[in-house]
Amino acid sequence: MDLNTLWFILLTVLFSGFFFLEGFDYGVGILLPFVARSDRERRAVINAIGPVWDGNEVWMITAGGAMFAAFPHMYATLFSGFYLALVFMLIGLIIRGVAFEFRGKRDDPKWRETWDWAIYYGSLIPALIWGITVANLMRGVAIEGDLNYYGGLIPLLNPYAFFGGLVFLALFILHGASFLGIKLEGVVKDRVKDVTGKIWVVAVVLTVAFLIWTYLATDILNNPGWDGLIPAILAAVALLLSGLFYKMGREGWTFLCGGLVIILATVMVFSGLFPRLMISTLDPAYDLTIYNASSSPYTLKVITIVAAIFLPVVLAYQGWTYWIFRKRLSPDSPDLHY
Amino acid sequence: MDPVILSRWQFAITTIFHFFFVPVTLGLSLFLAVLETKYVTSGEEIYKKMVKFWGKIFLINFAIGVVTGIVQEFHFGLNWSEYARFMGDVFGAPLAIEGLMAFFLESTFIGVWIFGWDKLSPKAHAGVAWLIAIGSNLSALWILVANSFMQNPVGYAIRNGRAEMTDFWALVSNPNVRYQFPHVVTAGVAVGGFLIMSFSAWHLLKDKAETREFFTRSFRWAAIFALIGALLVGLIGHAQGQFLAQSQPLKIAAMEGHWETEAPASFSVIAIVNQEKQANTFEIKVPKFLSLMLFNDLSTGFKGLKELQEEEIAKYGPGNYIPPVLISYWSSRTMIGIGLVMVLIAILAVWWSWKEKLQERRWFLRMLILTGLLPTIAITAGWLIAETGRWPWIVHGLQKIEDAVSPAITPGIIIFSMSSFLVLYSVLGVIGVSLMLKYGKSDPAAAEGKGE
Ligand code: HDD
Ligand code: HEM
Ligand code: HEM
Repeated sequence: MDLNTLWFILLTVLFSGFFFLEGFDYGVGILLPFVARSDRERRAVINAIGPVWDGNEVWMITAGGAMFAAFPHMYATLFSGFYLALVFMLIGLIIRGVAFEFRGKRDDPKWRETWDWAIYYGSLIPALIWGITVANLMRGVAIEGDLNYYGGLIPLLNPYAFFGGLVFLALFILHGASFLGIKLEGVVKDRVKDVTGKIWVVAVVLTVAFLIWTYLATDILNNPGWDGLIPAILAAVALLLSGLFYKMGREGWTFLCGGLVIILATVMVFSGLFPRLMISTLDPAYDLTIYNASSSPYTLKVITIVAAIFLPVVLAYQGWTYWIFRKRLSPDSPDLHY
Repeated sequence: MDPVILSRWQFAITTIFHFFFVPVTLGLSLFLAVLETKYVTSGEEIYKKMVKFWGKIFLINFAIGVVTGIVQEFHFGLNWSEYARFMGDVFGAPLAIEGLMAFFLESTFIGVWIFGWDKLSPKAHAGVAWLIAIGSNLSALWILVANSFMQNPVGYAIRNGRAEMTDFWALVSNPNVRYQFPHVVTAGVAVGGFLIMSFSAWHLLKDKAETREFFTRSFRWAAIFALIGALLVGLIGHAQGQFLAQSQPLKIAAMEGHWETEAPASFSVIAIVNQEKQANTFEIKVPKFLSLMLFNDLSTGFKGLKELQEEEIAKYGPGNYIPPVLISYWSSRTMIGIGLVMVLIAILAVWWSWKEKLQERRWFLRMLILTGLLPTIAITAGWLIAETGRWPWIVHGLQKIEDAVSPAITPGIIIFSMSSFLVLYSVLGVIGVSLMLKYGKSDPAAAEGKGE
């Protein structure tokens, strides 16, 4: 396997990690106004992700940095082409990021409510925009011969991409709900349980419809290079299993299967693209691939060595933090910070 | 409006705003790690209280540093895509490494630090404080490796229509990094010291019996930080100037408003700079002093902007290679002037807090409240020199700023994004600062146990 392929896989790993971890953070943020009524309840919900959300967000930053280092043309085309969409996402991420720290800093219900909404919108908007972005990557955009996409925002808001955004939302909310299921106790948890069942139905319907649409509108599921179909089927199975475990009251397994859906869906997208990174709808010759968009072999070698050392270390200490903070929280827990 | 100008403004706004908060993170993370170590080794409760109290300010600041940092990371793709294509092979690697090595470290352990007071032993918790400090300062190292490549490109070859990395080690050991990194880190130490001194001085003026001990001690530690930072940042900056005289003479000439070649070169103390006439219409000079500053002797000459401009034309073809002199000149006077004042203040602060004379020098305490942000002003001035002094290059000698901008973006959308960011930053800045003031002025005893 050449280094270009290896970095394609590493990018898949980084985005899987990002969607898995920030997926439940976004989900929790979106659920916040619906499952928690009082200030204390909302604190419990927010503190469930309190110790980890920032470390989770770095998965996105590192995925972006890795894209820049390994496939600079993809970074350039994607970020400049999707400019406005990403600016909206940044605005969401900015207000969400400060909201965690700011909300507890004044004893005023109005103040706290404001930041709770910031967390809500700051989770909703990025989740939706990531879905729209990924769906556009699956469908392809009008990339021209100079590797730039000049179309602006409007063509990106096509029905297929928008539907992809809804699928992301549903999966992230499901993931967030099952995360709260293993992190909380008490009345909020009962409400969360209720929501989990409902959102699961929504997620199943949307996902199946999206897979059919994907089969009809893109070549992701029948990509002659690698196969997106197998991970797609596995993702569907995992989604059904998570529902099954939910019915059985096995919270840990519900969460793991929901997370598996997100990882497998990411794998599906990437393997359906392979060896392309971005599809041009104008001419296959304008596609960005892991070869024409990549860095030089030397640079790839350097970052491979660095990743081989540090990625396992990061996984180890992040895993450790989840262990430290494994205790369930309730609105009356003494150790709430945010 | 030109997308290049707009993109530059947007980038400058975000970086300057990011860099109001970053040095506080760099300095205070170290400050807190030192105090927490002192708590563990001495076992005195007051140090734990100090860590928790100043930690609140640190965390408010950190949150804004993080969210503006994300914008930074996206910027090279959003607005500077041609830069990303041409330089990505070299420039992307340090950014990716920064994420893997530094951001993960600081951001993961900041969560552990905030929530882990009752879950970890005091020793382990202090260890976590050190990991945050190391992570923050490592992130500075990698971003400055990237920035140094733009100032002084090394370890690359132009191949396949772009700059390709040929020697990673050369990139990391870029001589520019050897000055820039310690200059920035020690600037952060000074920032932390002056900020804590400023808050402590406010409390010492109130002179409440219950908090006297707390703020006297805080002040003493902060004063030591301030002194170390102020001394080192100036010394290193001086060495950096000598290095730049070789690597980017145009930048130094612009800093000094030095139009004409002179041997020996005189130092301009104050001048009215006129870029159009390429001359200073009014000037007070110290003869031979620039030669002394740059070359450690009283005779070596230094080329002026006009001659350097001719040399650049001979090397790179027709064009204007003189950076905006007015910005460089006044930024350098601001930075260096503040640097000297800082040393003076820090010496007095250490001396008088050592002699326990602070309460008798109330004017000094009052002044210290105001000087809390002096280092921050110096830092902004420093970045203005470093970044505008590189003009017209985005990477010195390799790519011009106007060739770096994204072709796919239009002025309209940049104006939209820039004004959105500007509004957002202003609101966040006001809220962040008022929260820091609120917590900095609060009573450490009352803040305990509220669990916020
Ligand atoms: C000298 C130090 C320095 C410099 C020149 C920069 N930064 Fe910065 N940055 C930091 C030092 C730092 C820091 C101290 O590590 C921060 C501040 C607060 C924080 O959380 O980390 C940070 C945060 C921060 C974050 C959020 C990381 C997280 O979630 O922990 C990102 C993505 C960036 N920065 C990216 C950039 C980029 C792309 C820059 C170049 C234009 C840049 N920074 C300049
Ligand atoms: C890796 C780090 C950095 C990179 C890659 C970088 C790159 C750039 C780029 C692309 C521009 C626009 C082109 C230009 O006008 O020169 C710029 C301008 C600027 N940057 Fe940096 N920069 C970095 C760090 C910083 C930091 C930390 C600051 C601190 C505040 C800073 C301050 C500025 C300022 C003030 C400008 C405006 C200059 C102008 O418009 O002429 N830069 N920089
Ligand atoms: C007192 C004497 C000082 C001298 C001689 C000095 C020298 C310099 C020089 C020559 C540069 C330009 C570097 C470049 O373009 O690459 C610079 C940049 C800078 N200075 Fe200073 N400086 C001094 C004090 C300070 C102080 C007090 C601070 C802040 C507390 C500060 C913060 C900075 C920063 C943040 C930069 C931009 C980053 C960099 O390029 O290193 N400096 N300084």
